[in-house]
Amino acid sequence: MPISIQRPLPPEIRALQLELEAKAASYGLDFFETIFEMVDYEEMSMLASYGGFPVRYPHWRFGAQYDEMMKGYSYGLQKIYEMVINTDPCYAYLLTANELTDQKLVIAHVYGHCDFFKNNAWFAPTNRKMLDEMANHAARVNRYIDRFGYEVVEEFIDACLSLEDLIDPYSPHIKRSADLPANHASPWESGDGDSNGNVNDGRFPSKPYMDSFINPPQTLEQHAEGGKERAEESARKFPAEPMRDVLLFLLQHAPLKPWQHDILSIIRDEAYYFAPQGQTKIMNEGWASYWHSTIMTSHALKDEDLITYADHHSGTMATSPRRLNPYKLGIELFKDIEHRWNTGRFGPDYDDCDDMFEKERWNKNLGLGRDKIFEVRRVHNDITFIDTFLTAEFCIEHNMFAFGYNESNNYYEIVSREFPKIKQQLLNSLTNHSRPIIRIYEGNYRNRGELYLKHEYHGVELKQDDAHATLENLQKLWGRPVHLETIVEDKHTLLSFDGIEHETETMGSVSIEPLLS
Amino acid sequence: MPRSIDQDLNRFNKILKGKVRENLRKYITRSEMFGRKGRESVSIPVSSIDIPRFKFGKRGSGGAGQGDGNVGQPIGSGGQDEGDGQGQAGDQPGRHVREVEVSLDELADMLGDQLHLPRIEPKGNDNLKSQKDKYNTISPTGPDSLRHFKRTYKRALKRQIASRTYDPEKPVIIPTREDERFRSWTTTTEPDANAAIIYMMDVSGSMTDDQKEIVRIEAFWINTWLKKHYDGLQIRYVVHDAVAHEVDEDTFFRIRESGGTRISSAYKAAEAIVQRDFPVNDWNIYCFQFSDGDNWGEDNNACLEQLQQTLLPVSNLFCYGQVESPYGSGEFIRELRKISGDWENMILSEISSKDAIYDSIKQFLGTGK
Repeated sequence: MPISIQRPLPPEIRALQLELEAKAASYGLDFFETIFEMVDYEEMSMLASYGGFPVRYPHWRFGAQYDEMMKGYSYGLQKIYEMVINTDPCYAYLLTANELTDQKLVIAHVYGHCDFFKNNAWFAPTNRKMLDEMANHAARVNRYIDRFGYEVVEEFIDACLSLEDLIDPYSPHIKRSADLPANHASPWESGDGDSNGNVNDGRFPSKPYMDSFINPPQTLEQHAEGGKERAEESARKFPAEPMRDVLLFLLQHAPLKPWQHDILSIIRDEAYYFAPQGQTKIMNEGWASYWHSTIMTSHALKDEDLITYADHHSGTMATSPRRLNPYKLGIELFKDIEHRWNTGRFGPDYDDCDDMFEKERWNKNLGLGRDKIFEVRRVHNDITFIDTFLTAEFCIEHNMFAFGYNESNNYYEIVSREFPKIKQQLLNSLTNHSRPIIRIYEGNYRNRGELYLKHEYHGVELKQDDAHATLENLQKLWGRPVHLETIVEDKHTLLSFDGIEHETETMGSVSIEPLLS
Repeated sequence: MPRSIDQDLNRFNKILKGKVRENLRKYITRSEMFGRKGRESVSIPVSSIDIPRFKFGKRGSGGAGQGDGNVGQPIGSGGQDEGDGQGQAGDQPGRHVREVEVSLDELADMLGDQLHLPRIEPKGNDNLKSQKDKYNTISPTGPDSLRHFKRTYKRALKRQIASRTYDPEKPVIIPTREDERFRSWTTTTEPDANAAIIYMMDVSGSMTDDQKEIVRIEAFWINTWLKKHYDGLQIRYVVHDAVAHEVDEDTFFRIRESGGTRISSAYKAAEAIVQRDFPVNDWNIYCFQFSDGDNWGEDNNACLEQLQQTLLPVSNLFCYGQVESPYGSGEFIRELRKISGDWENMILSEISSKDAIYDSIKQFLGTGK
């Protein structure tokens, strides 16, 4: 559904699109059909606040984002050149006010994103017809608003959004034995999932000749035994295993009215739809930047474009100490990978070489770089990307450091320039999209129908006021008292909210092994 | 075409305004908002609302960055409390404050609601009338630009049904000239109420900037409230030490003088202004006096006499606010208490600190005069 009146693309832009599309395809980029629309800044801001979709359910937070973007734009602080959404066909929005040079850059950039959406494994389970789905969600929410009143519905949406992060972003990719029944309710399963009556006997899918290796008989036996034990245990425990998909648990077990159930499932669907974008921010932007840079510098750039292009490209790549620019990090890593695989700087031979001089000149002329980066964009997400390809040399070359918060002076300070530390900090900040990992341990705590959650502590404590407010929202949905076990000032603490007041109970300081130290 | 985002934006602004309303007590003493005063509205900084989530605090947080610097070098402040410590590698800007535009009228309403202030009944001077047009009626004639489509359509529909020219299969309605209806206005006359405010302030050496700040904040709210109730509002400022001067607004809040204090001089100056500019029959007169309560002892009797003979009889309200100062003796309010029993339009209030402004405004304006 177009955002407003469908405007035909101006002929010069259309010509650019065709030219760049052919160019992108000639490099092997593989994308859905891409539809460009020209929008003015207000429309762009509106689309951006709606996450790229023209129709969303009414909610004030979209207005807040819109307000922020419009102000940022009118004060000259920020500008959105382009926006593209993961659908089939792919919709991309161009700002009418862009110069022609910018349009070229942006169109090339968009094809990078489209290729990434289509081919990256982490996007595979997303609903490519999300445009219709979002409009459908909006229609449903509007119906509830008409029926139950704006404020009632809004209050409920607020509570749901507060818990939006509490999903299991890997669940579309793995079958967790515990949530097999759960998965049937999930949107991914109903569609194109390959659930061919997979019996849960712990057997991984495999080709026959590999079967005895992938599913060794003794492991299967153990699994069967363990299964029995687990069955007994699960009879007592509920959920049987700690569960990360809090929203799913609430959908299955919270005393929600039908309309509330529907709204919560809408919020959850959308959270799962957007999750891969958070998981692949560095790669996705890096990949798109790599391609706009490649296509522009080797083909599309005319003499008169050069200055504008250089200005805007470097603006996008700008770094600042506390803000690690995903565009910059991504593009440089892709370039580094390409270079390493072109020259053969990988594998045991290279790693074991102690001669720095030789390493410096290492070149096996393998020419595998392009193939490698295509492979990388297919299988990796940000975490595995950084984990696999960030090297000490790269950190030195790009002047990277790890920083940490110093409580004594309320400043963030550089704590280290050593590679392992930098890598660890970076991976930490990417884990779960920098949100704490929280699981449901018990849905019938103290046999009183209370909810017991546990925060998986890795060295950073929760922000207390937000944690309290979020617990209140969780309690709204659950109806019974809720508890969250976490660490507060190095002590195991149980935060509880029973619908009226908060309680904080220290469970005694326990030696915790923080990941960072 | 109204866009759906406007609905969300309006809703958001409404929530923010609601927040100002709820926490008005907190905002009352914020002087930074008056600096951004437009003609008809002020923008009030409100800490933005956000959906709470489980997120990391600053303690133990960190990330990876890029750039020069040695180990131990600070790269940025932890700020007040910017939310995500361990952000997506510092991907999101910190959320700070948002400004809400509130019109002075709305602000006055909020103040009235919060402080339960009674509406002011302007004292009778019905001789001044002003005419006001309001579009609240319908007329059979008028310009096309004011045509009331719905009413015109309804009349045409009725006519067609009555004359059996209406075909439900092909429901085309054609209005004729007789069907057309137009928006129209009625003229009402309203009593035109004018008010004059005279502020008097002691600027002798014992009044420090802190005290003046309090006066400034009170004056803002008093003006806002009275502006709501009167069509014409005139404000005059008098400063005094041993002698009094009429000054403009800017000077009033900035001037600093030393010297003794003779309050009666201010009363004389105020009296002169009333005599000169504000005929008592046509104007509602409000006098607000702020002082730290120090007066030259021998002047006290002259003050009381002056007040009772000239200002009190003509004023809707005479308010005396005594700001506590480290230097002032604060005895003048005791003098005034001697006569306050006789005059119900006299309000005395002691303002010990900024936090007391709220109550003092309530005292001053709570009489509904």
